[in-house]
Amino acid sequence: MPFVIRDWLAEHVVVRPDETTEQLAAALVRMGLEEEAIHRASVTGPVVVGRVLSREPEPQKNGKTINWCQVDVGSHNDLDDAGQPTVARGIVCGAHNFVEGDWVVVSLPGAVLPGGFAIAARKTYGHVSDGMICSAKELGLGEDQDGIIVLHRGDDPTEPDFAVGDDALELLGLNTETLEINVTPDRGYCFSVRGVAREYSHATGGDFTDPGLAANLSGRLPEPTADGFAVQVADSAPIHGVAGCDRFVTRIVRGVNPKAPTPRWMARRLEQAGMRSISIAVDVTNYVMLDLGQPLHAYDLAQVSAPIVVRRARAGETLTTLDDVERRLDTQDLLITDSPDGGEGSRVLGLAGVMGGASSEVTDATVDVLVEAAHFDSITVARTARRHKLPSEAAKRFERGVDPQLPPVAAQRVVDLLVEFAGGTADNAVSDLNNVPEPSAIDLPLGEPARLVGVDYTREQIVSVLEQIGCQVAPAADNADMLEVLPPSWRPDLTGAAELVEEIARIIGYDQIVPVLPTAPAGRGLTRAQQLRRSVARTLAEHGLVETLTYPFVASDVNDVLDIPADDPRRGVVVLRNPLGDDRPGLRTSILATLLDATARNLARGATDVAVFESGLVFRSGDHTLSAPALPGGTRPNDDELAALAAAIPDQPRFVAGVLVGNIWPTGWWGNGRVADYTDAIELARTVARRVGSEATVTATERAPWHPGRCAAIAIDSAWEDGQSVVIGHAGELHPKVLERLGLPARAVAFEIDFDALLEHSADEPVQADPVSTFPVTKEDLAFVVDESVTAAALAAAIEVGGGDLVESVRLFDIYRGEAIGNGKKSLAFALRLRAVDRTLTAEDAVHVREGAIRAAETLGAALRA
Amino acid sequence: MPTTDGELSPLDLPGIERAVTQALDDIAAATTLDELKEVRIAHTSERSALALANRAIGALPREDKAQAGKNLGPARGRINQALARRKDELEEERDQRVIAEEAVDVTVPTDRVVAGARHPLELMQERVADFFVAMGWEIAEGPELEAEWFNFDALNIAVDHPSRQMQDSFYVAPPLGQTDSNLVLRTQTSSVQVRELLTRDLPLYIACPGKVFRSDELDATHSPVFHQVEGLAVDRGLTMAHLKGVLDHFAKALFGDQAKTRLRPSFFPFTEPSAEMDLWFPHKKGGPGWIEWGGCGMVNPNVLRSAGIDPDEYTGFAFGMGIERSVMLRHSIADMRDMVEGDVRFARQFGMEI
Repeated sequence: MPFVIRDWLAEHVVVRPDETTEQLAAALVRMGLEEEAIHRASVTGPVVVGRVLSREPEPQKNGKTINWCQVDVGSHNDLDDAGQPTVARGIVCGAHNFVEGDWVVVSLPGAVLPGGFAIAARKTYGHVSDGMICSAKELGLGEDQDGIIVLHRGDDPTEPDFAVGDDALELLGLNTETLEINVTPDRGYCFSVRGVAREYSHATGGDFTDPGLAANLSGRLPEPTADGFAVQVADSAPIHGVAGCDRFVTRIVRGVNPKAPTPRWMARRLEQAGMRSISIAVDVTNYVMLDLGQPLHAYDLAQVSAPIVVRRARAGETLTTLDDVERRLDTQDLLITDSPDGGEGSRVLGLAGVMGGASSEVTDATVDVLVEAAHFDSITVARTARRHKLPSEAAKRFERGVDPQLPPVAAQRVVDLLVEFAGGTADNAVSDLNNVPEPSAIDLPLGEPARLVGVDYTREQIVSVLEQIGCQVAPAADNADMLEVLPPSWRPDLTGAAELVEEIARIIGYDQIVPVLPTAPAGRGLTRAQQLRRSVARTLAEHGLVETLTYPFVASDVNDVLDIPADDPRRGVVVLRNPLGDDRPGLRTSILATLLDATARNLARGATDVAVFESGLVFRSGDHTLSAPALPGGTRPNDDELAALAAAIPDQPRFVAGVLVGNIWPTGWWGNGRVADYTDAIELARTVARRVGSEATVTATERAPWHPGRCAAIAIDSAWEDGQSVVIGHAGELHPKVLERLGLPARAVAFEIDFDALLEHSADEPVQADPVSTFPVTKEDLAFVVDESVTAAALAAAIEVGGGDLVESVRLFDIYRGEAIGNGKKSLAFALRLRAVDRTLTAEDAVHVREGAIRAAETLGAALRA
Repeated sequence: MPTTDGELSPLDLPGIERAVTQALDDIAAATTLDELKEVRIAHTSERSALALANRAIGALPREDKAQAGKNLGPARGRINQALARRKDELEEERDQRVIAEEAVDVTVPTDRVVAGARHPLELMQERVADFFVAMGWEIAEGPELEAEWFNFDALNIAVDHPSRQMQDSFYVAPPLGQTDSNLVLRTQTSSVQVRELLTRDLPLYIACPGKVFRSDELDATHSPVFHQVEGLAVDRGLTMAHLKGVLDHFAKALFGDQAKTRLRPSFFPFTEPSAEMDLWFPHKKGGPGWIEWGGCGMVNPNVLRSAGIDPDEYTGFAFGMGIERSVMLRHSIADMRDMVEGDVRFARQFGMEI
């Protein structure tokens, strides 16, 4: 993001004297330009200008050649016999991009370079190196690896504007703090010193002179001429009906010295702004772009054949861009082409507004320069930049919107600078293809700012702010309470009244807004689902489980690891196009899929007993299309479109699951703990159902990833589907193979509940209370021998039904297996409590219940145990 | 007149006195309830000397009976009183001893059943929900996997809008033979706004806490999955002043009475005017100061139009802030990874409430 360089800023706006970088940042923050960072000097100590007096290459045994140099650093030289600093310093240097006579940057002993690299005199390659000749990288100026910085060539006939021994930190701008700001996408014009200066003026009231207006140029802007470089726009495929290019200005500067040095101040500012000084022509275009915000391109005039044609790419066309990458072009890419040998638009010069091509770039042989200053459609540029992954400085600006009235002014600045610093002559030929649409005025009711912001701005305040930001404001012809506001050309973001209101609010200050608490109409509180979700989470936590949140991303083979059958809905995995890692491209279809990983992580980190639960959404493609219609914003979709959106979006039911490994009750001074087993998992599942008001029934079932002999289906009676038992979850011990694959210990148990289904089928009706009997209880114990295949639940149910209405409760209190009752058999002992609501039970009542219970049990093959 | 066979005569007053003295001595000498029981049997049972003497009264001549009764009644009464007294004393002693003997070490570990814990991110969302419910707002929720229309277009983020690139989103792979699914893991809880505006009646005051997704690698300050809470109010006559009022109230509810908020101009496609919201945080490391808390603004007229609402009649405000950031600030958590890796040690620090 852009850098704010104070002396540059001060060229356009009056900057407060003695302002700290923090105060500068704060002023811009108030206007909405966020502070990204303040870059402080990362180099300290003596870093000075030196001139290379001699350079002796010395080949080394390791194959490298080092240079033993004598460098004149003026007053920093070593002392002679008379005690005067006249003896050049000896310095070893590994780079070769300099010769005797060149001016270079020398860090002397005592200097500290970025990364805490302290410079000291040291013995190396048989010499004492008394300092270091620096590269841009070593000074933290960029990644340029090409060698050391040459400030001025020795054979350059011009005099440098510095002398040996001068402070190079100041010369390079390394002793200053630089503010880096963030620019939001609506404020493209702040990608320029021009824009930041205007905002600074809004913040501080400092006088601002807009360098982007023709009126503020030093000379007069020339009119287009008949002999201007011919340009055509032939856009056969505008995007959203907007032509790719609506402005194209060209200027020509002849007789440029391609080797003219870039003025030091300009090179310094470019470097401070994060760019590299390359050559005078390129530097000037970059400099003007940074200053005004207008991306520019300089062509070697000799390499361009008129006319320039701006057109979309044709299928199969390619271009080698300046970064030496050959790119296959897309038919939406907007191109700058020229017309060699009469073939109009036959040769591709560059991607419009993104990057130029290698063939026509200015070189060190270019003497005649063709300057392009154009305005391209932001969407076209954005798509091309994204498609080719070229977020160039030009693209960054165009996609956020560039001032379409800026090209002639910016081109003039380029011409002026090339004339001044490269010895060129401005050609009279000027072309300006201008199809910029007339801007339309926005109606702003005078009450609108107050309606949105809640501050009663005066008419004067409103008009004043709008004029400050560059709008033309006029009262509406037929309505005294309405303003007609013409936004300035550099603010394409101002498209409606709300945008104008934001300008008024932010420039007068958000701190003027006095808080008022609105009174909402009476609400209905949390929904049943929201309340019960909390209740269930709290219950599970109180039962010893720790709530865990896992990422929903799963591996492609997750369903194989868990043994999920092919036709299971959990196989309907939604896959991401751009997952974080290829190892986890899918979204979970069950909570267990990710919760088991979290369990393993806890075990890996040293836990021995783990009990975790998670409540969250799962994603199941089901019969959804997974292909939503692309619809525009700003209008309500019709019912068919809304239905198509709904049909595309996968089911996302809420599930709650838990996993237990090791002890549920810890070992302690009281003795051994209790290992969590399948009954804990089942009871937790039943507890969840109970929380929601449903008494769950348990039946044996087989379901992955559970142990087929140790898995329970948890069902409730549907509150609205009469007599229908609905399975809402499963619980039990996990399958040994699954545990092995996951690296989890044997016998781990788990439950998982479809929370949405549980809520859907459980009663949302008040519990209807039974009367509490005050008559005494009669107790009766019954033990039956049954086959192993008869379940405890079935036998208990038979006893309860057979015993009749007097049975208050039936509870299994003992299970016995042994020789006495034979193989394949078990004895189940139940305690019955009998009670009537209206009388004390007699001995006959008890016998009657007992006989009924026994008869019912016998239908299951049970024999009363004597 | 003593009898010859050693039996105590009811008329033998000195003998009776000796028997009483003996009994009182024995009672006093009893040191346990069992000894006292033996003493009681020895001196008051049917076969004791005094009982036998009492029985002998019947055989006395009429004129002697009254004297005999006077001799024996008070004597036996004294013994019974002494027995009762001594029994009380010994019971008291025994109770004291038993209580002392039964003392236990109450500092031994008592956690036979280990409690679990709620996750602080969930608790924070509940706390936030409670705050809004207390103001009469309702809590809305939506799907985490969304159609792009709800997540972007309806929020005024057109396909080519730079902010659609601002946040790197997880897109769903298209079905076979198609180029786009137009489905995305929601990047902001704002997607719920449009759903609610489409289906609920106005005026509308809702908060939407929930998970959101951005394709950032996990590090100390970023997580690809995190949580936000979105607030949305649409009514006649709402202004930024009301927005500011809610934000200040919310900040105080979460961070204490000293907390307050500050708005800075910013940009979001779905609000206009837009603002970044800073929180004055009294407990900031290195001293109280402003920290970024979230974004907010007046609902962009285009968003209202997407839901078929007339922006000339209704205005609204919306705001969003990160739940992780709020939890990290409130509980001095330095590293995001502690919260998201599912390590039970993290949640256990918080227990059931935050």
